Amino acid sequence: MSGIPHDHYEPKTNAEKWLHSRLPIVGLLYDTIMIPTPKNLNWMWIWGIVLTFCLVLQIATGIVLAMHYTPHVDMAFASIEHIMRNVNGGHFIRYLHMNGASLFFVAVYLHIFRGLYYGSYKAPREITWIIGMLIYLAMMGTAFMGYVLPWGQMSFWGATVITGLFGAIPFIGESIQTWLLGGPAVGNATLNRFFSLHYLLPFVIAALVALHIWAFHTTGNNNPTGIDVRRTSKAEADKDTVSFWPYFVIKDLFAMAVILVVFFAVVGFMPNYLGHPDNYIEANALSTPAHIVPEWYFLPFYAILRAFTSDVWVVMFASWITGGIVDAKFFGVLAMFGAIAVMALAPWLDTSSVRSGRYRPMFKWWFWLLAIDFVVLMWVGAMPAEPPYSTISLIASAYWFAYFLVILPLLGVIEKPAAQPATIEEDFDAHYGKAETPAE
Amino acid sequence: MFKKTGIAALAALTLSAGGAWAAGAEAHVEDIAFSFEGPFGKFDQNQLQRGLKIYTQVCSACHGMQYVPLRTLGDEGGPHLPADQVRAYAEQFEVFDPELDDTRPATPVDHFPGSALETAPDLSLMAKKRAGFHGPYGSGLSQLFNGMGGPEYIYSLMTGYHEAPECAPEDFPGSYNATFAAGGFPDSCKDDHGGHTVPGSWIAMGQPLWGDDVEFDDGTEATLEQEAKDVAAFLMWTAEPKMMARQHAGLVGVIFLTLLSVLLYLTNKRIWAPIKGKKTH
Repeated sequence: MSGIPHDHYEPKTNAEKWLHSRLPIVGLLYDTIMIPTPKNLNWMWIWGIVLTFCLVLQIATGIVLAMHYTPHVDMAFASIEHIMRNVNGGHFIRYLHMNGASLFFVAVYLHIFRGLYYGSYKAPREITWIIGMLIYLAMMGTAFMGYVLPWGQMSFWGATVITGLFGAIPFIGESIQTWLLGGPAVGNATLNRFFSLHYLLPFVIAALVALHIWAFHTTGNNNPTGIDVRRTSKAEADKDTVSFWPYFVIKDLFAMAVILVVFFAVVGFMPNYLGHPDNYIEANALSTPAHIVPEWYFLPFYAILRAFTSDVWVVMFASWITGGIVDAKFFGVLAMFGAIAVMALAPWLDTSSVRSGRYRPMFKWWFWLLAIDFVVLMWVGAMPAEPPYSTISLIASAYWFAYFLVILPLLGVIEKPAAQPATIEEDFDAHYGKAETPAE
Repeated sequence: MFKKTGIAALAALTLSAGGAWAAGAEAHVEDIAFSFEGPFGKFDQNQLQRGLKIYTQVCSACHGMQYVPLRTLGDEGGPHLPADQVRAYAEQFEVFDPELDDTRPATPVDHFPGSALETAPDLSLMAKKRAGFHGPYGSGLSQLFNGMGGPEYIYSLMTGYHEAPECAPEDFPGSYNATFAAGGFPDSCKDDHGGHTVPGSWIAMGQPLWGDDVEFDDGTEATLEQEAKDVAAFLMWTAEPKMMARQHAGLVGVIFLTLLSVLLYLTNKRIWAPIKGKKTH
């Protein structure tokens, strides 16, 4: 691997040399764990580890749950109750899995917004960013299908509503919907394939995570200044970086432990707080719940989906210009996926040569407005689709698109960036004072 | 900057998550200080036994609890009946045995029977499926801070039967209940904008508890309020029988992880000291 110059693994004993010439796996692990890391990383750089932990937690608890779960419409709900009542520790494993999904999304949103603020998506990290977006999409798919498995009322009706979105696609929508469901409506075939895919997708995510790490280990981590590590010599690189082990491993583990204190408090004392009570009612195709609301982590994009009703002028215009092919429902679906697509295109939409938001006086304000916008979207996503919420969600959705499609491209042209430090070392020393020569 | 915003975002998350719950129209729910609330809360064994008696003598006439195994009545942390009493209790139910192709008296390994009346909902999870009763778009905060949830709803429902308001026609189907929000509601009790002028709605279930419906073995006076509280506590246990084990595991996790956090904090500080230019000793 090219990248920041650093010491590489040297096999010493004959046994190590024997293995290294055949399979350099120890060298790979050494280079991964000892990777030079910018020493000025702040606490927003811990979420990657939290996310890795979440993936392992979800796979480990999920495998145990799958041993006791029955993917059949007549037995799924009862098998969850079997896990909750009869399986040793089953209730705790299930609550870990349930709330683990929420922790996963808390971490991923903070991770994404970290990247948006510090310009982590910019060259040369576009591939890392795109892979990250694919991971996020896979996470949403996995979480959605996982939520269907308990076969409660929200499982069933959530599945009905979300797969119905695909039915909005002109011409081929109905065929796609039938293909997704394995039949004309949500039923046993749907439950079985969702279970199968819910088990498969996390391993796809694991592979994508490996690529994600490989990509940013090639480019090097971004850091709060956005300034590159000096790479001309190892001596210079050493002034900007410290090795990942032990410095960031211990730092990340500390952050992880603090987060887990909160997580265990939630799982132990209020495990259903983030859930929907209707999901403790078995799925009933004849009784629609009064309010079908997705899990909290889908709410911002659910709000965008619902924002574009047929009385909005862009929707009317799109409908007119396509001769009615793009109706309000299809427009909403396009907007929802488009909201994620514009985020994925941020590396090419952001025209500023300055990476970190820290040195972009105007960008800062627009960024924080986007963060607030995201929270507002989450809130209106949980509200009924009626005034004043419909207007609020329309404005908030419009800002989401404006940020990526208008503000990011324009800011690069009109903004005058603030002075940046010359090196990471300079930034670090400004915070902590010149390092005394450590007694060795 | 990120730290502060993080807290604000979390607060907003909890708010919007609360909003994610939806119930029905406005209804009155009483806040009760149950013994099992809070991180150190425990089920009151005597209360669960009283609640079981009410369930057996009143509720089970129509309702069932198909997910609750009878043997769990002997579990520690639950009603904790002695083994012979669990066996005797089980025998009063008839279950269908596919191997015999006939019915036989239930044993502790069987479950409670399902609902006898088709329209009566199963009560196994009633306390959990009503966890988010706090208004259609409530904030979720009363659940967080007051511990209000399903049992409070059940208590309020049991004590929420009142004389029907005058605005309603006499022959309006069901019984008026100030807590039940999802029932029928006469147009004559709505204002010009369709808003409800009285809380609650009309429920199909007639008033089940009146006071003195059962005689408690421990001598507790069987007032309506007492019965409502006891049956609500019992249904909380049937919905969440492992609650005490879960809280215990959560507490152990919190204590050990807090300890680990302190140790990792000190380790982290020491490792970084030479890098950050602070004296190591």
